[in-house]
This record gives sequence, C-alpha cells and structure tokens, in this order.
Amino acid sequence: MASHMTDSIQPEKRQSLTQKFANPTRFMALSGQVLPWSLIAAACLISYALYLVFFVAPDDYQQGQTVKIMYIHVPAAWLAMMAYGVVAVSSFGLLVFRHPLADVSAKAAVPIGAAFTLIALITGSLWGKPMWGTYWVWDARLTSVLMLFFLYLGLMTLRSSIEDELLASRLTAILALVGVILLPIIKFSVDWWNTLHQPSTGFTSSVHSSMRTPLLISAVGFTLLFFSMHLKAMRNEILRRRVKTLTLAEVDRQSRG
Amino acid sequence: MDLGQHASFIWASYGALILVLLALGLWLVLDGRRYQRALKDFEERGIKRTSGSSPVGSTD
Repeated sequence: MASHMTDSIQPEKRQSLTQKFANPTRFMALSGQVLPWSLIAAACLISYALYLVFFVAPDDYQQGQTVKIMYIHVPAAWLAMMAYGVVAVSSFGLLVFRHPLADVSAKAAVPIGAAFTLIALITGSLWGKPMWGTYWVWDARLTSVLMLFFLYLGLMTLRSSIEDELLASRLTAILALVGVILLPIIKFSVDWWNTLHQPSTGFTSSVHSSMRTPLLISAVGFTLLFFSMHLKAMRNEILRRRVKTLTLAEVDRQSRG
Repeated sequence: MDLGQHASFIWASYGALILVLLALGLWLVLDGRRYQRALKDFEERGIKRTSGSSPVGSTD
C-alpha cells in the first residue's frame, strides 16, 4: 500500500518534444491529421507559383523564357540538400539518442531526396543546353550534386544489402553522417572554384521581386510537398515494421505449433 | 502559349518534374496500401499487435 502511495506522489516525468513524438502510435495519429492539410497547402502554393511563372513573371533580359526553368530547378536543388540534412539529423538522432523514429525518418527521407536531386540534375541539364550550349560539363557544382545523387543511391543500396535491420540502420547512419561533408562542398563550390554554374541565386537580393516572389512561393510549396511525402513515407515504414513483427510472431507461433 | 525558341527545353523540364513526382507519389500511395492490406489480413485472422512484445528498436 505504502509503495503504491509513493508511486502516485512521484511527479510525472516531463517529456521533451522529440520524446513526446517518439511513440510511433502517437506519431501515426498526429501525422494522419497533419498530412492532408500539408498536402493541400503544398498543392495550393505550387499551383499559385505555376500561375505566376507562366502568366505573370517577366522574361529574363538575357535568357528570355528559359528562366522559367529556374522556378523548379532552384527549389529542387534546395530540397536535394535539405533532404540530406533531414537524413543526417535523423542519423545523428539514431546513433546518439537511439530515438525510435530516427531511423524511420532517415530511411523515409532518402528516396525522396534522391528524387529531388534527380529533378535538379535533369532540369539543370535541360537549362544548360540552351544557355551554355551543353547538357553537361564536369563543373564543380554539377559534379558535386551528381555525387550527392550517388550518395543517396549508396544509402539505399547499403541498407537493402544487410539482412539485420538494426545493423543496417547503424551502418547507413554512419555513411550518412560521413556524407554530410558534401553539403558545404556543393554550397560553396561556386565560390571556391571557377565554375560555369552561376553563384547562388539568392532568395533575397540578387533577383528582382517580380521573379523572386514566384521563386519563393515555389520553394515553400515544394518544401511542404517534401515534408508531406516524408510523413507519408514514415507512416509506410512504421506499417511495414508492424507487418514484419506480426509475420515473425505468426511464424514463431506456428513453429511452436 | 508561346515560350520562345527554347520552348522544348522548358516543357521537358516541367515534364521531368511531373514524371518524377508522380512516380514518387504513386510509390508512396501503393506502398502504404500494401501494408495496410497486410495488417488488415492479420487482423481478420485474429492476429493482433501486443504493445511491448516487439524487439528493441522496432516501431510498434
């Protein structure tokens, strides 16, 4: 009786935000509510940005209409790197804090990051042909982004090549943290080396507001799209692990027959 | 809508964007449905998840 009394007096242990959402069931409930709204917001912003791009924004005095490619190339390149940031932070969360959803987040972000990197490479190449006269050049910026794409593929390959999921998650997390060095190289490649690729577009000063506004709206819209897809991929991964747990439990029960 | 002499590059860029995002979205939706169906199947066979029964690091 006494021990029960003391238990009830003990103050409830305060949980940090990340601990609060470490519970997969709570995450599934919350993400289920957030996901539709973030998707709707992303769709609205992207649609408005496309309207501005095709019907309002002016042509570039040098590039003419091909500047319209900027409105998807810059957000895709930004998300290619931001997605890797999510992977790296999640990997750190796994290795250092053993956060139950860290690995789920890291694994979910990789294919989406790879997709946006692919979009950045393709749209950049299609923009390069009319502007530079070539689809590809081994320029520091282009090459380092291509390496980022291979790094994404490497993370997926490494994870799928190891049977033991716990080991796979740890080794993938280590590779992801080592790969973080690529982000500053990509970012500053246009400053460190003499590149064909122009310096940063700069969401702030160097672009006139008639072009900066659609670019910003497009970037925010695609960023929301990324997080929506990331939430959905995390939900899928949690469901996958539950299916696996139930499958193993069933096999175990049948073998005990 | 006249997009000038490089119109094909502009449309190809937007086409690539839509293609990649559609493929990604389709994969996410179909992947989710597959697992939900599997979980439903387990439920119909009376096999339910018991919290805490799963190994460390899994997400139940």
